[in-house]
Amino acid sequence: MILTQLTLVEQAVFVLAALVLFLSFSILAQARLVAGIHVFAWQGAVLAGATGLVALVDGEPHLLVSAGLTLALKALLIPWMLHRLVRRLELERHLDPLPRPAVALMLGAALVIFSYWVVVPIERLELATTRNILSLSLAVVLLGLLIMVTRRQAVTQVIGFMSMENGLFLAAATATHGMPLVVELGVAFDVLVAAVLFGVFFLQISESIESLDVDRLNRLSAWEDEP
Amino acid sequence: MTVFVPLMGTLVLAGIRSLQLAGRLNLGFCATTLAAALGLALRILQGGDLTGHGFHVDAFNVYLVVLTAFVGLTTAIFSRPYMAHVCREGRVTERRMRLYHSMFQGFLFTMLLALTTDNLGVLWVAVEGATLATVLLVSLYRTPESIEAAWKYFILCGVGIALALFGTVLVYFAAQHALADPSRGLSWTVLYGEAARLHPTVMAIAFVFLLVGYGTKVGLVPLHNWLPDAHSEGPTPMSAVLSGLLLNVALYAVVRFKMLVDGALVASDQPGIAGELMMGFGLISFLVAGLFLHRQRDIKRMFSYSSIEHMGLMTFAFGIGGPLATFGALLHMLVHSLTKSAIFVTVGHASHIAGTQTIEQIRGLIRTQPAVGWGLLIGVAAIAGFPPFGVFTSEFLLLSATMQSWPWLTSVLLFGLVVAFAGLFRHLHPMVYGKAPEGQQPVAANMLPVMVHLGLVLWLGIAIPAFLAHWLDQATWLISGGHLL
Amino acid sequence: MVPGNSGGVVVGDLVNLSSGWVLLQAALFLFGAPLLMAWVRRVKARLQNRRGPGWLQPYRDLNKLFAKEALVAHTASELFRAAPYVVFATTLLACLGVPLVAVGQPFTAVADVIVLVGFLALGRFFLALAGMDVGTAFGGMGASREMLVSALAEPAMLLAVFTLAMTAHSTNLSSVIDHQLAFGLVLRPSYLFALMALVLVAVAETGRIPVDNPTTHLELTMIHEAMILEYSGRHLALMEWAAQLKLMLYGVLIVNVFLPWGIAREVSLAAVSFGLFAVVAKLLLLGVLLAVTETVLAKMRLFRAPQFLNFSLLLALLGLLSHVILEGGA
Repeated sequence: MILTQLTLVEQAVFVLAALVLFLSFSILAQARLVAGIHVFAWQGAVLAGATGLVALVDGEPHLLVSAGLTLALKALLIPWMLHRLVRRLELERHLDPLPRPAVALMLGAALVIFSYWVVVPIERLELATTRNILSLSLAVVLLGLLIMVTRRQAVTQVIGFMSMENGLFLAAATATHGMPLVVELGVAFDVLVAAVLFGVFFLQISESIESLDVDRLNRLSAWEDEP
Repeated sequence: MTVFVPLMGTLVLAGIRSLQLAGRLNLGFCATTLAAALGLALRILQGGDLTGHGFHVDAFNVYLVVLTAFVGLTTAIFSRPYMAHVCREGRVTERRMRLYHSMFQGFLFTMLLALTTDNLGVLWVAVEGATLATVLLVSLYRTPESIEAAWKYFILCGVGIALALFGTVLVYFAAQHALADPSRGLSWTVLYGEAARLHPTVMAIAFVFLLVGYGTKVGLVPLHNWLPDAHSEGPTPMSAVLSGLLLNVALYAVVRFKMLVDGALVASDQPGIAGELMMGFGLISFLVAGLFLHRQRDIKRMFSYSSIEHMGLMTFAFGIGGPLATFGALLHMLVHSLTKSAIFVTVGHASHIAGTQTIEQIRGLIRTQPAVGWGLLIGVAAIAGFPPFGVFTSEFLLLSATMQSWPWLTSVLLFGLVVAFAGLFRHLHPMVYGKAPEGQQPVAANMLPVMVHLGLVLWLGIAIPAFLAHWLDQATWLISGGHLL
Repeated sequence: MVPGNSGGVVVGDLVNLSSGWVLLQAALFLFGAPLLMAWVRRVKARLQNRRGPGWLQPYRDLNKLFAKEALVAHTASELFRAAPYVVFATTLLACLGVPLVAVGQPFTAVADVIVLVGFLALGRFFLALAGMDVGTAFGGMGASREMLVSALAEPAMLLAVFTLAMTAHSTNLSSVIDHQLAFGLVLRPSYLFALMALVLVAVAETGRIPVDNPTTHLELTMIHEAMILEYSGRHLALMEWAAQLKLMLYGVLIVNVFLPWGIAREVSLAAVSFGLFAVVAKLLLLGVLLAVTETVLAKMRLFRAPQFLNFSLLLALLGLLSHVILEGGA
């Protein structure tokens, strides 16, 4: 598959998919919570754009609906909810720095290579022009996982979780041209409910341990290890 | 119909303020669900599979549907006085009880939806929905430990489920290139019919993701970290349904996908890889959980590790494939659900008596309240695999199956069973027979659900009724392609 | 190089043509670089509500410096005297390798990107040595800082360049540009990342804000300036000119490789003039962008420069990975 043989719109889809991956790295590198939320919102917007372009290429109107849904949910509603929570819990000035930035970024690059390796047997099958984006979307999912693992603040963990969903959505939109609408609606509903529940959780956690540093949520594991 | 009764229940109970009324309505909805489930089961057993409107019901999932509805009902019976007691103790407010009742029905709804749907995407949505419905319930008591448990549950299961969605997308991707009508690519019945045409590599990779993803919800080691916390910190009825039902639903999802993958890999050079992976994970979970049992200091955590152990055993059995092991696994699903929920109910009462969940502080149950003490003793005997009980039968079937295909693993299984047995009894003995501390009073305990469950398990151990055997045989045929009886 | 089968006359013509070409390119660079610098300064001044220095001011400055006496410290060695010439020469040679107005020139066929990077590294090496040669504290500090920045910038630049090379299957810049022109407008993710990485590297290597402030007079904030603190007269003139050449070099590299439309592909007066016009327009635009970023951003603290350069390394790496994953590998 040669890039130059695709139409301009298809090339644009590739560029946007690569941008989504780049924004995942950006989220990984962000230290400030508010900046992290903004980058996540941009990722949602770029994702919606990519989905819209795929809808144009394939002529599938239900993908346009999904694109609109993603835009509304991931780029607007969820960042707004997170922002409101951050303001309510007065976390705007909190920093959540990456413990070892160079190591984490290199690990992220290794994850990209790993996801390419996993998907290579599928890519060789030449089943679809956009299948290469499958490895990018797996990379976004794994990067979301990396974000969740390396961060201490609950808000950034949630952003990592949501960016995992972004990666899954990218996979569904580009490799399989979207899932059936009922499934997409179900997934969107689940994501929304999850976001609401996260919000509730933040309040519970901050009330109970006076901060959102989830490293302090360690009573259960400490308790079990006592002889 | 079966599915929508609990959905109505969710919505109605969200609005009810009065605790008594909510408790009774909960019961009512569960009873209706059970009746509908039994009706559905009769239809299936007489008439064959039902497919339509995005649902697919066959002998396998209707079996689980009836089980879910039944345990849901008995737990609802138990939960009414129990939660009233907890409310009186002041650990939960009335507003949160509204959430509790509403989410109880919601949880049942999502589980039944997951069991009966034909669409693999809806299956995912429902399993995730089940997680979301119970997350707030785990942290119902609002203690720091329960919030931590709920957070861990949410995050770990969320991550696992996301990987399962990736696997589902890959399956859809394979389907789109193999089917004549790509838009039906998520329908299990269609995929099962055309399984041989799905590309083996894609399906194999997809299965790895699905096993890891749904396996997190089953509680397979090393993805099990959320399970002991979530099952021990929530209210007891919640622990009972989580241990008894949700794990089964997740395993059901894995088995459905295994059926697809086996069909797709039939002609490839590694046809048994799905089964082998399941066996590997199952065996590791079984052994690790058995060892961890010994270190536990909280009674509910101990029984959660027992759940992990049994789910590992079931995964292993489904992985072996073949009629004997599959029959054993299906039977084990039934008896494990019944026994485990009964145990958790008893444990709930025991912790009320002793005022704590720590094993070292629970003593002399049999003297203080013989019903609870005996219930616990018999329950543990049942789950450990003592002969007249059903668990013994299913484990024996499993050992026979292992002996047939993988003889050297039988000793490993026996070793694990012995280790778990020892761990359970070591902790149990002082709890039941030890010297009771001063001032330990019996509590108003509704032991009826426990007795019903344990009675059923005993009955199944002595003689499986013909219609049930026939039912399980049909399910076995569906899954493994061969009859046992 | 064209095989010498055609006979002596044609070879002779080619030699004349190529040396004429080389002289033309050298002249364009030598006289264009101060002009570019003046443009950037004027735009920046406009943004700051001033009028800024005149168009010919850099030329006047160079003229003044050449006329003055070059003072050399008694602790300096021969290296100190030689360094300005080496730096100037290597930078000019590097400039000659980058297609400015036309592609496919005989000289540019010899110089490719690795040679370019090599020349720049050689110049940087001598510059750093010169900074340390006299033995002042600021010189040593500037040298070590410069080495820190370039040690991190060079891998990023090489990765970005390799990404381009993998697409065009050659490290020769002419071939890369030819390849780009042959396909028309193609949106490549790898090029996008390589462009972003190269821009960041260019900012670091030419010593612009946010890595280094070229107009600072506080020694503790200097990187490039600190190394040339001890120079005066013609030595300083050569060093300044070399710095301006470097800025133009990176600018031409960025605009001509990533946005090559307008460059001449044949040697005719019309094509070459159009090529000249195109590159001048692109450079002016780039100058405006540079001035705007310099006005908007503030200089980073030095310990954050590695993060900045790690970021550019990441971008270059992403570009390479995008190329392999999305564009069908090597």
